[in-house]
Amino acid sequence: MDREKQVLFAGFGGQGVLSMGQFLTHIAMNAGKEVTWVPSYGAEMRGGTANCLVTISEEEISSPLTENPMTAIIMNRPSLDKYESRIKANGTLVINSSMVDRLPEREDLNVLQMPVNQIAAEIGNSKGANMIILGAYLEKTGLIEVEEALDYFGVVFKGKNEKVIEENKAAFMAGVEYARRQW
Amino acid sequence: MKKVFQRPESLTEARNHYCPGCSHGIIHRLLAECMDEMNIREKTIGICPVGCSVLAYDYFNCDMLEAAHGRAPAIATAIKRLLPDRYLFTYQGDGDLASIGMAEIVHASARGEKITVIFVNNTLYGMTGGQMAPTTLLGQVTTTSPYGRKVENEGYPMKMAELLSSNEGSAYICRTAVNNPANINRTKRAIKKALQVQEKGLGFSMVEILSACPTNWGLSPVEALKWMENNMIPYYPLGEFKVKED
Amino acid sequence: MDRVLMKGNEALAEGAILAGCRGFFGYPITPSSEIAEYMARKMPKIGGVFVQAESELAAINMVYGGAATGARVMTASSGPGLSLKQEGISFIAEAELPCLIVNISRGGPGLGGIQPAQSDYFQATRGGGHGDYHTIVLAPSGSQEMMDFAIEAFELADKYRIPVMIMAEGTLGNLMEPIVMREPVLNKVDKPWAISGCQGRKPNIINTLHLGSEELENRNLHLANKYKLIQAQEKRAESYLVEDAELVVVAFGIMARIVKKAVVEARKRGIKAGLVRPITLWPFPDEDLRQAAEHARLFLSVEISMGQMIQDIQLALAGRVPVEFYGRIGFTPNPEEILQEIIRLAAREGL
Repeated sequence: MDREKQVLFAGFGGQGVLSMGQFLTHIAMNAGKEVTWVPSYGAEMRGGTANCLVTISEEEISSPLTENPMTAIIMNRPSLDKYESRIKANGTLVINSSMVDRLPEREDLNVLQMPVNQIAAEIGNSKGANMIILGAYLEKTGLIEVEEALDYFGVVFKGKNEKVIEENKAAFMAGVEYARRQW
Repeated sequence: MKKVFQRPESLTEARNHYCPGCSHGIIHRLLAECMDEMNIREKTIGICPVGCSVLAYDYFNCDMLEAAHGRAPAIATAIKRLLPDRYLFTYQGDGDLASIGMAEIVHASARGEKITVIFVNNTLYGMTGGQMAPTTLLGQVTTTSPYGRKVENEGYPMKMAELLSSNEGSAYICRTAVNNPANINRTKRAIKKALQVQEKGLGFSMVEILSACPTNWGLSPVEALKWMENNMIPYYPLGEFKVKED
Repeated sequence: MDRVLMKGNEALAEGAILAGCRGFFGYPITPSSEIAEYMARKMPKIGGVFVQAESELAAINMVYGGAATGARVMTASSGPGLSLKQEGISFIAEAELPCLIVNISRGGPGLGGIQPAQSDYFQATRGGGHGDYHTIVLAPSGSQEMMDFAIEAFELADKYRIPVMIMAEGTLGNLMEPIVMREPVLNKVDKPWAISGCQGRKPNIINTLHLGSEELENRNLHLANKYKLIQAQEKRAESYLVEDAELVVVAFGIMARIVKKAVVEARKRGIKAGLVRPITLWPFPDEDLRQAAEHARLFLSVEISMGQMIQDIQLALAGRVPVEFYGRIGFTPNPEEILQEIIRLAAREGL
């Protein structure tokens, strides 16, 4: 069951969690892969955490759902509390250490931490947190090649003005740079 | 020989099933005459209700649809929106319109749907055998208010013309009666005005018509007309409640 | 082929528009509201009609009226809303008006929850409202089918003059995956029965009242014959690895995708498992099940409910093969737990 790679994105509503997942879904599709995106919806969305699950595969995806994703991108503390136990054994946790004040308790996980909000502040793009962490994650894992991802910014953000696209690219690259230096 | 009186083209030749002294026959005819005079029969779609006039699709000589109880205004809404140059009327009794169909009528009016509602108020459920309606008068005996309608138990009779006239979407709201020739003539004028309001696209229009049900009232046809005059008209005043000018 | 990303709810709505749907009448309810929202944005731009009704009752009756004009019209809702719509669906079925009714389904009974569920299966496949009638029920299992089936639904609806239901779990409504856009349907269906004003013809009447005994029976016989024809012509299913299957799992909608994964894994473990996925829930594809039963020692119905489709499986197999059940509600069974259930049953039966 490991041919399908599942990535869970979780955080507060407003942290761009759903759009981060959709962005990855778009670039995966453009890169010719099979991909699904499923959000939490309705009452589940209100108050607590927002999350979405992206599955990427070379083949037809049978199940777009899983209780145990191999990777989780965790944007805040409540999401870590909620999902830590569900990550697949030897899976990966990518943590926004600016918003998570504890380390994971499990010892079998590959943990990658980065102070996303701090980096966002440094590049002057407070809304860019989601692109920063996604850039770092893709650089580290090669799930989609960074160069390939950059090619699709224009397609994914079709209709948005050039400035927005460039800002998102810059945030994405700030994450890539961080991963190259620190991870 | 010159014909001075004949069946309107907008009525079929079918013999109706209404009881002696029932007002439905008169009201059908008035509506049909208006359709003839405005030459709109072929562009008119009628929606009939559940109640005594459930079979009205056999009597009106135009495209007709038979609705579920109370839902005629919702059905008419969709047809009018899809075919905006057609004339839509619903023909509804008091149980249909003021009880089970309260939401549909209020919202069709609030949305200003360009339809014409013929509302026949005879103070009870005729077809099912004379049960209490929202319009049943205080003290009035029906099969489900056998001791007379009481405020403590059944509350007050609903005044639909007044209620709907408060909606901005209502363009023409009038209450008439068919208890005498003068009022019958007024009723016809009101129906025509309502259809003209629809033609001009001004909004929702309704004519509430106070009607007799001798069978369920337990009166002769003539007594029923007297009862209407003495009991209904004082509680349900006649007249125009809303006239939106173009 | 160019692929686009669309949420299932939007793919369905766009499919309906491609099929020529020009009237949407709805009432908000999670998880179906995105269909109404999509239609509210689109309809005014394509000369269509969108009305947010005052209730589910009004919405389905607007569909009744809209379909009576001959236009392609639809509504969409979820569990509790579908319960309210049943009155109208009964009328529409009796009046033989083509239309599309969508249930983006969630868990009940009562207000239940908003988690995806299949527990409206009985309601969908047994008519749902009063009287002897059926609707055709299509169960998609992905975004592409949300679009394809919306188009198919309108074609079937017009072909048989019948309301067609698409029942898709909330997951499918929210699931986003790449799809290939379909071409618009251009052929117009002649509907001489429609009410549109009687210019140049005799008046048409759309009516569901039949007071005479003979008239009522004839009417029901007419409908029954139509349903027999549909049963003969429109049963659809997808069978996967059933030729030699000893354990046949039956699942529909999103559940079929999930089961497929478990079946593949079971095969890797030497268990001869297979899958039958009913695509039409009514008419139920019983012949596909009987074919799959050839080598089967056991059937397993997996549903997001407490067990409803299992009754149709049992009817289809008529006692030839025992049928087990695995279902949850509030949660969607995942591939791992279905695999474990397959392994458990296979061990028990010595497969």
